[in-house]
Formats: sequence, structure tokens, C-alpha cells
Amino acid sequence: MIKRFFTIILMVFFASLFFPLVGLISDRDSVSSLAKDYLVQGRDDFGAANIVTAVVVSYRGLDTLGEVTVLFAAAAGISLVFKGLRNEGKDKKYRVNPPSEILRTGARVLLPLIFIFGVYIFINGHLTPGGGFQGGVVIASGILLAFFAGNIKELNHGFVTFIESAAGFSYVAVGLLGIWLAGGFLDPRFLPMGEFGSLFSAGAIPVIYSLIGLKVGSEMSGIIDAIRSY
Amino acid sequence: MMTNLLFILAGALVLVGLWGILTRRNIFKIIIGFSLVDTGVHVFLVAIGYVKNGTAPIFDKEYSSLHSLLNTVDPIPSALVLTAIVIGLAVTALMLSFAVRLILKNRTLLVDGKKELKW
Amino acid sequence: MIIVVIIILSLIALVSAIMAIISTDMVSSIIFGGVVSLVASVIYLVYGSPDVAMTEAAIGSGLTTVVFLFAWFRVKHLGGKE
Repeated sequence: MIKRFFTIILMVFFASLFFPLVGLISDRDSVSSLAKDYLVQGRDDFGAANIVTAVVVSYRGLDTLGEVTVLFAAAAGISLVFKGLRNEGKDKKYRVNPPSEILRTGARVLLPLIFIFGVYIFINGHLTPGGGFQGGVVIASGILLAFFAGNIKELNHGFVTFIESAAGFSYVAVGLLGIWLAGGFLDPRFLPMGEFGSLFSAGAIPVIYSLIGLKVGSEMSGIIDAIRSY
Repeated sequence: MMTNLLFILAGALVLVGLWGILTRRNIFKIIIGFSLVDTGVHVFLVAIGYVKNGTAPIFDKEYSSLHSLLNTVDPIPSALVLTAIVIGLAVTALMLSFAVRLILKNRTLLVDGKKELKW
Repeated sequence: MIIVVIIILSLIALVSAIMAIISTDMVSSIIFGGVVSLVASVIYLVYGSPDVAMTEAAIGSGLTTVVFLFAWFRVKHLGGKE
């Protein structure tokens, strides 16, 4: 009883804290001055058509590095938690049905398209919406489909770990090259800028985002594999 | 007007998630409540970045004059939400793995009598 | 006009969120949680953030639902009514 009372008190407190804000604000007429600088300089200095990519990869690139590190830590934690379960929890009441003919044939048609689409998303991250995170997740969902269709029985952990650590190492190496050859850590301007709006433009931004895409894709595949197959 | 609507949605989602966390006894329901709070916070950040009649901050060769530059939504909250969503999945998966471990140990889905889990 | 669309989408998201909490069947509860993310991604698209919309559609409503379902089918034989 007292618990329910506390719940109601807490929710009313939160609501009375938050909902008066709704009346106080209105639509903004222009972006803040910091965002204005990012918008103008992201186009002029970096030649990035998608400014969100310029912010994620370069202006706030250190945050993205930390974020990828957190993702790695979470994936490592999940496989650590499930490590002891492989033998102990084998009283399976459910078993996986073998994949149907439709699923197997459909996966054979769809899998190459899904992987190519994922690579397309993260290579074109500086021109169109999308980028490393979205492309990586699309690749991970392709691997999920391959699990369902029986194309992959067991994830090759050596290969996935190699891709993940190589991508992470190259990410930091490209960031350090930015210090050495250009303005600072993760500055993409040490590669030729190219023509605005073409695939090979915006310096190292497509390279960095592709590395992020590979890293996120392998980490998400690792998470799915760990939570599926313990 | 548009921002206010999204603010209301964000607050309501956070409230619903909080209610789920505080009142449910099933661990999975509690984790669903956490992910609802997550979505509410993302909606709130997108609402902060909205600018009146704003377009997406993506340009091409023709559409890159200074006037069009200043008619976009704020790119910084978008970038923050982008990373927050990915982290949200990782944290949810970590919570689920701990929950599965706990459930298999206690042989029950409920958190009754676990003083360290529920106040 | 666009405001009507946003109000309808917000109502769908809210009703799905409440259903996700009060539903007694865990699988439908998980699916309702995915619906909230999917509707939220449409809202992000209307609000001019296609990057966020793509991420939310792929991760929030796709992978999160799958991870929940994998975990749930591992432990559901232990039962326990709400």
C-alpha cells in the first residue's frame, strides 16, 4: 500500500516538474550560433553534404570514439555473463525448428543484397542520411537472417574479433594521422577534399565512418550471437 | 506548436515507462519500461533540436546557399541521439543478459522477495 | 494538417506504450514496445532528422525486439503470471 502511494507521489512530482515546461517554450526560429558555425564550416572546410555526419565523425569525433568503446564494453560484458551458462542451463524446453524451404531460398536471394545495402549506407554516410551505425546494424541484421536460415551455424569468433580490433585500431590510427598531418585529433582534412557531393570527397570522413560501420557491425553480430547461442 | 506536441509525447512516454518500472513484478516488463524511458528521452532531444519549418541538414551542389543553410534543424541533438540509440541497445541487451542469468538462478520471473531488486 | 498527423502518431505511440506495460502476454508486450520505436522513427522523419529515424527504425524497433524475443524464449518455460 505504502509502495503504491510512493509511486503515485513520484509520478505526480515528475509530471509537475516537467509539464509546466510545455507552456513556456515555442518553436525556435533559427539554430543556435554553435550549430550555425557547424553548418557553415562543415560545408566549407570538410565538404560534407550531411552535416550530422560531420558532427558525429569530426567535431564530436572523440565522443563517438568513447561511444564505440562503451559498445565494446557492453558486448564483452554480455559474453562474460553468458559464459558460465553454456553448460549449466541446458534444460531446454524449446528447440529451434529447422528452417523452411521459403526461408532458405529467400535468404539466398536476400543476403547479398542486405550486405551490399549495409556497405552502401556506411560508404555514403557523408552524402545521404545514414552512416556507420545504421550500416553496421543492417549488416548485423543480415547475419541474423543467416542464422535463421541456417547459412551460418556458428559465428567465426576469430574472424569477427579480427575485424573488430582491426577497425578499432585503424580508427584511432586515422585520428592520430589527423593530429600529425592536419589540424587535430580526427581532423579528416589530410586526404584530398574532392568535389562537393561526389563519393570521394570530404577527406577522411567516409574512411572513418566505414571503420565505425565495420566495428559496430561486428560488435552487434557478437551481441546477437552471444544472446542467441548460450 | 510542433515542439510543444513532441514535449508532451516525451513526458508521457517517460511517465509510462516510470510507471512500468515501479509497479510491475516481472523483470522483462521492468526492462521494457526502461526502454520506453529511453525512447522518451530520445523524443525529447529531437524536440529540442527542431526549428520552425526546418529541413534536414543535408545539402547538395544546388541547394547549398547560405539561406538554405540557416533553414535547417539543429544537427547537434541529432548527432547525440544517434549515439544514444546505439548505446541504448547495448545497455538493454546487457540488462537482459543479467535478467536471464538471475531468472535461471532463482527459477522465477518475478522479483518478489528480492529486497535488493525492488524497494 | 501535419499537426493532425503528429497527434495521431503520438496517440498510437502512447497507447502502444501503455499496452506494452499492461499486456499479460509477454510476446505481445515486446511487440508493442517495438511499435513505440517504429512510430517514434516516423515522428523523427517528420521533424527533419532522417539520420535519427533510420537508426531508430533499424535498432530501436528491429534489433531490440529480436534481442528481447531471444531472451524471452530462453526463460519463458519458467512461467510466472503477472
